[in-house]
Amino acid sequence: MNVPAAWYLVLAAILFGIGGFGFLTRRSALIMFMCVELMLNAVNLTFVTFARTLGDIGGQATVFFVMVVAAAEVTVGLGIVVAVFRRRTSTSVDELSELKG
Amino acid sequence: MAHVTTLLLLLPLLGFAFVLLNGKNMNESQIGYVATGVVGLSFVASVVTFVLLLHRSDRQVTVHLFNWIDVGTLHVPAAMLVDPLSITMCLFVTGISTLIHLYSISYMHGEKDYKKFFLYLNLFVFSMLTLVLANNLVFTFVGWEGVGVCSYWLVSYYFDRDSASSAGKKAFIYNRVGDVGLLLAMFLLFSRTGTLNYLGVFQKAGSLSPTVATLVVLALLLAATGKSAQIPLFNWLPDAMEGPTPVSALIHAATMVTAGVYLLVRMSPVLALSSSGRLTIAIIGGVTAFVAATIATSQKDIKKVLAFSTVSQIGYMVLAVGVGAYAAAIFLMVSHAFFKALLFLGSGSVIHSLNGEQDLRKMGALQRFLPLTFPTFLIGWLTISGIPPFAGFWSKGDVLTNVFAHDKPLWVLGVVTAILTAYYMSRLFVLTFRGTERFREVTHGHDPHESAWLMTLPLVVLAVLSVLGGVLDLPWIHHNSLAGFLSSTFGYVAPIGAQSTLSQWGLAIVDVAAALVGLAAAFSIWRSRSEDERLTPPFLEHVWYWDDFYDATIGRPLERVAHFSDTVVEEEVIDGAVMGIAGGIHRSAEGVRKIQSGFVRHYALAMALGIAVIVVYLVARAG
Repeated sequence: MNVPAAWYLVLAAILFGIGGFGFLTRRSALIMFMCVELMLNAVNLTFVTFARTLGDIGGQATVFFVMVVAAAEVTVGLGIVVAVFRRRTSTSVDELSELKG
Repeated sequence: MAHVTTLLLLLPLLGFAFVLLNGKNMNESQIGYVATGVVGLSFVASVVTFVLLLHRSDRQVTVHLFNWIDVGTLHVPAAMLVDPLSITMCLFVTGISTLIHLYSISYMHGEKDYKKFFLYLNLFVFSMLTLVLANNLVFTFVGWEGVGVCSYWLVSYYFDRDSASSAGKKAFIYNRVGDVGLLLAMFLLFSRTGTLNYLGVFQKAGSLSPTVATLVVLALLLAATGKSAQIPLFNWLPDAMEGPTPVSALIHAATMVTAGVYLLVRMSPVLALSSSGRLTIAIIGGVTAFVAATIATSQKDIKKVLAFSTVSQIGYMVLAVGVGAYAAAIFLMVSHAFFKALLFLGSGSVIHSLNGEQDLRKMGALQRFLPLTFPTFLIGWLTISGIPPFAGFWSKGDVLTNVFAHDKPLWVLGVVTAILTAYYMSRLFVLTFRGTERFREVTHGHDPHESAWLMTLPLVVLAVLSVLGGVLDLPWIHHNSLAGFLSSTFGYVAPIGAQSTLSQWGLAIVDVAAALVGLAAAFSIWRSRSEDERLTPPFLEHVWYWDDFYDATIGRPLERVAHFSDTVVEEEVIDGAVMGIAGGIHRSAEGVRKIQSGFVRHYALAMALGIAVIVVYLVARAG
């Protein structure tokens, strides 16, 4: 069965929208991270879709880069979230305002 | 000769530098004697220069020190012009300075700022010598300002007294007004002749148009009225009496205040080009002489009387310059330096003996207690009154004879002034030395004591000079005397008309009669009283309300402008603009500040919207 490329793209757009909506509405740092990941992977999906449609391996190669960078980012980001959670039992980003000028 | 003249100029400066750098290790009398010594040596150098000059046929030497300003066509060297006029000035300036320095050693004894006094005094002598020796107007201006600032420092010497510091400021500001005149004269002369060197200007003076020449003369006159205390800028001089008495004697009687007359005489070839300019000079001089003499009759402070007397005598000199009698002006300047320095130092001795009292009403009958001050003051009094054979008779007579030949109304004014002069000086003399004792309260019942020899010696020397000063220029030997010596300096000497011996005798008799009338009047009035409201009307005592006039016409309006600037321009316009801009920025910042919520999602939303806008734009453009 051959799924049309447009379906992939629509799915990616829905995923991106969910991720973006979640990022804008949620306050927990952890959930916001998950939303960011969702958006990243939505983008990855479009990359892969276009790689297949256009027959260009470059799109798939880029996805690997994005996954590696996202993994590194999550490691650092989760480390910070854990450290913050240990100190103040809450990960609401609205309360993290010590560095505000 | 160049070396001697350089020494003559630089010795007082050396003394100044030495005391300035070394004064900490010196005691009072060492400072005094060093300062006096350098000026004395400068006098010796003047005598040597004078003798050397006499042996030259051209009687004119330029001594170049260094190139000072060299810009384009403007060449101003620091150079000295030694000629009969400048050396005459040097001789009496250094001579009298030496005597007054000597006097000051004792007079200033125990003053807090003893060192400062002698520093300023030495610097003053240096500036004065620069003024008279300079060979161009710019270098003269250096000396001109130098004496001005020394005068300011010395008038404000007791600066912890309010009256002294404001008198200093007054002197300084009045002089500034006059200085504008000198600067204007320089600008005019440079634009028309391309040089400021005296000899160069005189060479090209012929090419000046009459209008320009008159403007230059009037500008020079303005300069002279400031420095020499003439109408309309004369009333700083009486206030300048706040300075120590030796300063009054040296700067405000004998030397600095005659600088204006010197400048006019020096520029005589330019004066020769403008008869209306000279007439203005003569009128200013004559009127000043008269006005100041009327004021002097009503002053209660011994030094104020002498100050107005100085203004009046300088008025005579300016009058002489105005009628072209330059030699007579210089003759009166020199003899006036002798007798006015004598009178001031004598009054200083009197003030010293009365513990600083200057009020004539608290003196009287001092003759007995001051055995040296009294006879010397007596000589000074007779000299200024114009009694023969003292110097004042000859010099004032010389001036009046010349004025008679040119302008009868001014001559009448001069003779009336001579009567007034004899009157106010006799009043001063009687109130100080004769009449009843009124000083016991001041001296706490003690007898006044004569001053130390350091103070009386200069009195004696000056008294001798006042007696003999007339021989400088006796009328029947004009050609071998001061007038003949000086004549080569003047571009134009007014012909003295056909003055017969008979009319000269006649004029001399008028002078003596005028003096005797004044003398007799003063003696009969003031022998038996010390004050009389009718004879010292407030109008005269308050200097014809001249200060009040300036206050009303210049001072108050300026004050109002200043008040307006302070309360309106400063507070509302300038402050208003500054505060308005700052407030506007503050208020707009308050509004913009709300965008910075501190919530990450707001920023993320803004970012998303921004990207959306860009994408829409790109799509729209592609489509």
